[in-house]
Amino acid sequence: MTELEFDPKPRVAQPTAGPARSVRRRDKRRATSLFAHGEPMVWLTGGALGLALAMISTLLFVVISRGLPTFWPQPVVEIVTHGGERFAGEVALSESFALGPEALAALPEQAAARARAELAANDEQIARRMLRSGNYDLTGTHFRWVSDFEVAEESTPEWMLCVERLEWGRFYGVPTALEFDGRRTDGPSEQMWAEFERAHAQARATWDERRSIEEHDIGRLAKAKEEARLAVRSAELAHGAQSPERAAAEREAEALSAELDEEMRALGERIEELKALNAGRRLLVRTADGAQATLPLEQVVRAYPANRLGAFDKLAVYASRVEEFLLDSPRESNSEGGVFPAIFGTVLMTLIMSVLVVPFGVLAALYLREYARPGPLVSAVRIAINNLAGVPSIVFGVFGVGFFCYTVGGGLDTWLFPERLPSPTFGTGGLLWASLTLALLTLPVVIVPTEEALAAVPRSMREGSYACGATKWQTIWRIVLPRAMPGIMTGAILALARGAGEVAPLMLVGASKLAEELPIDGAFPYLHPERSFMHLGFHIYDLGFQSQNSEAAKPMVYTTTLLLIALVVVLNVVAIWIRARLRRRFQGAQL
Amino acid sequence: MIPAGPSPAIDGDMLLPAPRRGLPSPTMQHPSPERSTPSRPAKVFEAIARNEPHVTETHLSLQGDDAVLEVEQFQLHYGAMHALHNISMRIPRGKVTALIGPSGCGKSTLLRSVNRMNDLIDNVRIGGSMRLNGDPIYAPGVDVIELRKRIGMVFQKPNPFPMSIFENVIYSLRIDGESDKRVLAQTCEESLRAAGLWEEVKDRLQDSALRLSGGQQQRLCIARAIAAEPEVLLLDEPCSALDPIATGRIEDLIEELKGEYSILMVTHNMQQASRTSDCTAFMYLGRLIEYGPTDDIFLQPHLRETEDYVTGRFG
Ligand SMILES: Nc1ncnc2c1ncn2[C@@H]1O[C@H](COP(=O)(O)OP(=O)(O)OP(=O)(O)O)[C@@H](O)[C@H]1O
Ligand SMILES: [Mg+2]
Repeated sequence: MTELEFDPKPRVAQPTAGPARSVRRRDKRRATSLFAHGEPMVWLTGGALGLALAMISTLLFVVISRGLPTFWPQPVVEIVTHGGERFAGEVALSESFALGPEALAALPEQAAARARAELAANDEQIARRMLRSGNYDLTGTHFRWVSDFEVAEESTPEWMLCVERLEWGRFYGVPTALEFDGRRTDGPSEQMWAEFERAHAQARATWDERRSIEEHDIGRLAKAKEEARLAVRSAELAHGAQSPERAAAEREAEALSAELDEEMRALGERIEELKALNAGRRLLVRTADGAQATLPLEQVVRAYPANRLGAFDKLAVYASRVEEFLLDSPRESNSEGGVFPAIFGTVLMTLIMSVLVVPFGVLAALYLREYARPGPLVSAVRIAINNLAGVPSIVFGVFGVGFFCYTVGGGLDTWLFPERLPSPTFGTGGLLWASLTLALLTLPVVIVPTEEALAAVPRSMREGSYACGATKWQTIWRIVLPRAMPGIMTGAILALARGAGEVAPLMLVGASKLAEELPIDGAFPYLHPERSFMHLGFHIYDLGFQSQNSEAAKPMVYTTTLLLIALVVVLNVVAIWIRARLRRRFQGAQL
Repeated sequence: MIPAGPSPAIDGDMLLPAPRRGLPSPTMQHPSPERSTPSRPAKVFEAIARNEPHVTETHLSLQGDDAVLEVEQFQLHYGAMHALHNISMRIPRGKVTALIGPSGCGKSTLLRSVNRMNDLIDNVRIGGSMRLNGDPIYAPGVDVIELRKRIGMVFQKPNPFPMSIFENVIYSLRIDGESDKRVLAQTCEESLRAAGLWEEVKDRLQDSALRLSGGQQQRLCIARAIAAEPEVLLLDEPCSALDPIATGRIEDLIEELKGEYSILMVTHNMQQASRTSDCTAFMYLGRLIEYGPTDDIFLQPHLRETEDYVTGRFG
């Protein structure tokens, strides 16, 4: 490529028969011919690009290589140590390490001998593995380290199950019996497993119904009750504590409350029924060390005999886990389950932010470029805007809390929702404030490219418009803005990417570890900008640094990071596609 | 880029008989000092160099014409620079008036003063007056937007807007809020026909105007200017960015528009001026030196300087 692009013939050095006065100039050129020729600059610029690409692709490689296999089902190994311990689990990590003399001395005689033998055979290194052994409710630990020299026996029992549960994390064990509505099937056997799958589906359906009642119906009743209470409080605030209005509201609230209590009782009965139904649906399991455990079927999210799976079964497990990841809510303090609320929150917040920041930034850029008289003041404003991009994002978070949440939100609360005080409505972090804070943060990212795009609109076009009798605003609206639209979109794309990846300010202005409700739902007014929301970036931080079970959360960190990157890429690709369309529409080949 | 004064090529062109008007005969093209006798010896430029006021040599035959645009004692300063000195001229209705003169003499400035495009530039000071069909252009309280709607302008470089061909042509109607589809379509067709572009673009009116060729773009700009039915059409070197064939078409077009529109045109091409215009004004260093019927300016100019310029002996 370089050979093609760069003329190998050293043109500058060729003697030219020119007039005498050009002799000195030719000498000068020869002195800088290396630079003039440009070869070193190619290496410099190409090297810089290559370095940047290498770093970015390393990052992507790490994220992808660790993020993608997270959900792939691993075989479950059962290990018997020389000490007589038995346990089972999935290998989470393998490594070698050097065993120090003190540690060696601390080992019992036989173990030390084996360790020494391995050290000698293995280049003074000892291999060890970390097993995800689960069964936290029985053992109090999620993971175990085991060094190879300790292993006496290792097997992959055919019926060793990997069970994902709603609580307590994974469980590893061999099923001994299935109890379903009074019928007992002993196992393990193919027939029992087929029955388990049926039974499990039913138990989960029952559980889903119960959860739906608990979450939606009871939530609805509680909300109605709360509204009645708020109505009483409103009446009290508006008319005084002794007023007839308040008394009327109170009577109404009481009547409603009685009605609701009745409904609540009915629901409670139904819940008890469902509970009783599922109580008799259990899987009896024996762990590797011989302990018996009973797993209620409704608590089992997914169970599979890990060592019996063929490639297709594994793929099915993988797909089902990916689906859960993308579409479900998190559980077990976010280290299990899905991230749907976080995806939803991230996309929604980014979109609201863009909708806020792009028009705002474009208007500001229009004033700066089109209306303001150029001078020191405008230059100062421009410099200030550019510097805004360098302010640490957490500072914007602090500003967002102080200004949006407390000042504006608090003001809104006393004005619009006095009956709910002291519990805040808008006076705390929420989707709207987070979007506004990020809009502020990304404002320079929109203003700067927009201004450049406005400046790049040819003067001849503007003059043509004025000559047709257009006013300034007509010219801006019909000529300048359409022509600058691709540049404005560039700003929007940059803002989108910046905003979607920002975490620090969100921690202060509304992203939460767990949001019970999505910011959009079926209840009027459908979009609830005051609610706190989950965000993928914050989720990653939470998983990686705040998690109790950090080893289990680690793969999820990579997977979630991968998802966030993919999401930003998708948002960007959409925006770039729109820009390409606009460009085709507003700019011809000749200009 | 644009040569100061006529280039040798143009000089050569002058030898050719001008096809349409056929007026200047080759023998009269090069009036030698002995044969033609200018009324005064060449000292106008020296007087200007001494900064003495110059009185425009206006041919008497122009006086009676009905003027669409009257310029009186017009002065223009760009900051400290005095760009136009005491310009007085009457642009006849329904005719083509050409402005010629060396580069930087103020032709574009004068043209842009007519529709007050110079308002967009800071530091411009104006003196004297202009009247469009009797209405003052520079009086206080004049609505510049309304004024510009009465004047069409075509620039040296084609400047189509970043929108479809159709929208380009009807731009002035759009900004007036016209939304009747029939009116818009009809105006578009009429203007494109008048600009000689209709046949080429009638099937792709919704295409981006920026995809047209340079010559087509310039004709589109003319169509856009005449769609507003202006009282005067200002053309600032409309052919300077075009090849000879596209130039020929624009010249034909000007020929066709003559009569219906009053045209004020800047050109550097003597041949073009002599072929297409009815009157010609010669400017030099911000002064209007001589103004008269094109035939007189090219064949029997009153001033020696004009003669030198149009024959290419002065650059
Ligand atoms: N915006 C401006 N600010 C200051 N001076 C200007 C401006 N525009 C033009 N001038 C000056 O005014 C004088 C006349 O310029 P003008 O553009 O009218 O010349 P012109 O006759 O059209 O020349 P050309 O044939 O090269 O187009 C020139 O000396 C030019 O430098
Ligand atoms: Mg000019």
